[in-house]
Amino acid sequence: MSEALLRIRGLRKHYGDRLVLRSIDLDVAEHQVVCLIGGSGSGKSTLLRCVDLLDQVDDGTVHLGGVELTDPRLDANTARRRIGVVFQAYNLFPHLSVLDNITLAPTRVHGVPRKQAEDSARELLARLGLADKAQDYPDRLSGGQQQRAAIARALATEPELLLFDEITSALDPELVGEVLDVVADLKQRGLTILMATHEMGFARHAADQVCFLEDGVIREQGSAEQVLNNPRHASTQRFLSRVLDR
Amino acid sequence: MADETTAALKQQATEGDQGHQPSARQLERERFRRSRKRRDTWIAALCTAAFLVVVCVAVVASPGWVRVHTLFLNGAEFRKTFPSILHGFWLNIQMFLIAEVVILVLGLLIALVRVTRAPGLQPLRLAATVYVDVFRGVPTLLLVFLIGYGLPALQLQGTPSQPWVLGVIALTLSYTAYVAEVFRAGLNSVHPAQRNAARALGLSEPQTLRHVILPQAVRNVVPPLLNDFIALQKDTAMVAVLGPLEALREAQINADYDFNYTPYLGAALLFIAVTIPLTRYADRLQRRTAQRQRAEAAR
Repeated sequence: MSEALLRIRGLRKHYGDRLVLRSIDLDVAEHQVVCLIGGSGSGKSTLLRCVDLLDQVDDGTVHLGGVELTDPRLDANTARRRIGVVFQAYNLFPHLSVLDNITLAPTRVHGVPRKQAEDSARELLARLGLADKAQDYPDRLSGGQQQRAAIARALATEPELLLFDEITSALDPELVGEVLDVVADLKQRGLTILMATHEMGFARHAADQVCFLEDGVIREQGSAEQVLNNPRHASTQRFLSRVLDR
Repeated sequence: MADETTAALKQQATEGDQGHQPSARQLERERFRRSRKRRDTWIAALCTAAFLVVVCVAVVASPGWVRVHTLFLNGAEFRKTFPSILHGFWLNIQMFLIAEVVILVLGLLIALVRVTRAPGLQPLRLAATVYVDVFRGVPTLLLVFLIGYGLPALQLQGTPSQPWVLGVIALTLSYTAYVAEVFRAGLNSVHPAQRNAARALGLSEPQTLRHVILPQAVRNVVPPLLNDFIALQKDTAMVAVLGPLEALREAQINADYDFNYTPYLGAALLFIAVTIPLTRYADRLQRRTAQRQRAEAAR
C-alpha cells in the first residue's frame, strides 16, 4: 500500500483547559473504512471536526492526498470540498427540500449546471431508497430518512473522504439498520470512510481498521477482528465489556 | 388550535379504521363534552353581557358624563371634521409605506455588516455599531425635532425641506436601528450546526450566509418585524409636530378651532382601523412560527 489518503500525525486539540486530543497518529488508506470507538468524551467527534477544519488544531498535521489541510495558508473551503461530512443530528437545511439540500453544494460550490445536479441527486436518492422524497421538506421525513438524505447530500459532491460522526446515535433502534446498510453499500463501492460509531456489530463486519480512543489518545488500533475480539489493552477490554454487556 | 388537533385526530381515525362504530361509552362521553361546552358558552356570554351593562351604567351615570359626551363624542363635530382627518391620514399611510421599505433594506444591510467578519468591512462594522447604539438611545420624538428643525437649519445643498419628508427621515433613522437589531438577532438565532453543515459542504462564508443562514433568519423574524411596523404606523403621528397636514395635525387644527376633542377620537379610530388587522395578522404568524418550531423540535 502506498501513501495513505488521510494521514494524521501528532494531532493535539484542547478546548480551554481541557485537553481533548493529546497526540493522534492515524492513517486511512484509500477504499478503507476506519471506525473510531470509545466512550463519550474520548475525542472521536473532535478528531473528525479537526480533519474537516471545523475546529482549529493546536498542534500536529493532517494531510489529505499529500496536501496539508492544517496549513493556515490553505483556503479551508477548497480543502473541505474534498471531504463529505454527515453529522449525528443530520443538520439538513430545514428551509430547503431534500432535492435542494443535495444540489446546493454541487451547484453553488462546484459549478455543476442545475439540471445535471438534479439528475445526479435523484439518482443518489433512488439508490438510498428515497426516490419519492425529493420534493419533501426535511421535517416530513423520519430520522432514518433524514440521515439517509444527509448522506446523499454529503455524497453529491463526490468527496474523496467521508467523515461520519455517530450518524446512528440519534436514531431509534429500528431505524439504525437502514442507515448502516447504506454505509455498507458505500464500502462496497470503494469509498473511503472515517467514522465515529457506537455500533460494535457494524464495526466488526464492516471496518478494515478499528481505533479505540481514550483520554485523547488512540489506545489500541488494528483490524476489527483483533481490536474487538482480542483486545490487548485492559482499557479496551473494560470499554468493550461495558458496551457489549448491555 | 385545540379544535384543529381534534379534527386532525378524527380525520386520522376515520382514515385509519373505516366503519368503526364508537362504543356507547364514547358516545356518552361526547354527549357530556358537548353539553359542557354549551354550558361554558352560555356562562361566557352572560358574564360578558353583565360586565358591559355594568360598565355602561357606571360611565353614563358618572357626574362628568355629559361633558365627556359633548366634548369627545359629538356626532355633528365628528361628521364635520372626519373627511379632512381621513384625507390627512392618507399622508400617514404614505409616510408609513415609504419608511417601511427603506427601513427593511437598510436594517438588513446593517445587520449583515454587523455579523460578517470580512476584515475590509471593519470601518463599516464600527459605523453600524455606533449608529445602532446612538439611534436606539434617542427618543423618536426628539429625533423628529432634531431632523425636522435641525436639518433645514444646516442649509446644505440638496437637503429636503418638506416637513413630511423630514419626518420620514427621522422615523427611518430611528426604526432602522431597531429593525437592524431584530435582523441581527434572527441571524444569530439560526443554530450553529446549520453553519457547520454548510461550511462542511465547502460553501464559503458569504454563500453560507446567503443560502443557509439568511433564509432561516428572515423566516424567524417576520413576526417581530411586523410588531415593529405596527408601532411605526402609529408613530407617523409624531410627524405632526413638524406641521404637515397628516391625521393628527388635522384633528388638532379642528379641535382647536371648535374647542371640541371629537376630532382626536376620529384620528384615533383611523389608526386603530389599520393597526388592529395588522396585530391580528402578526398574532397568527407568531402562532404558526411557534407551531413550526414545536414540530421541528419534536423530531
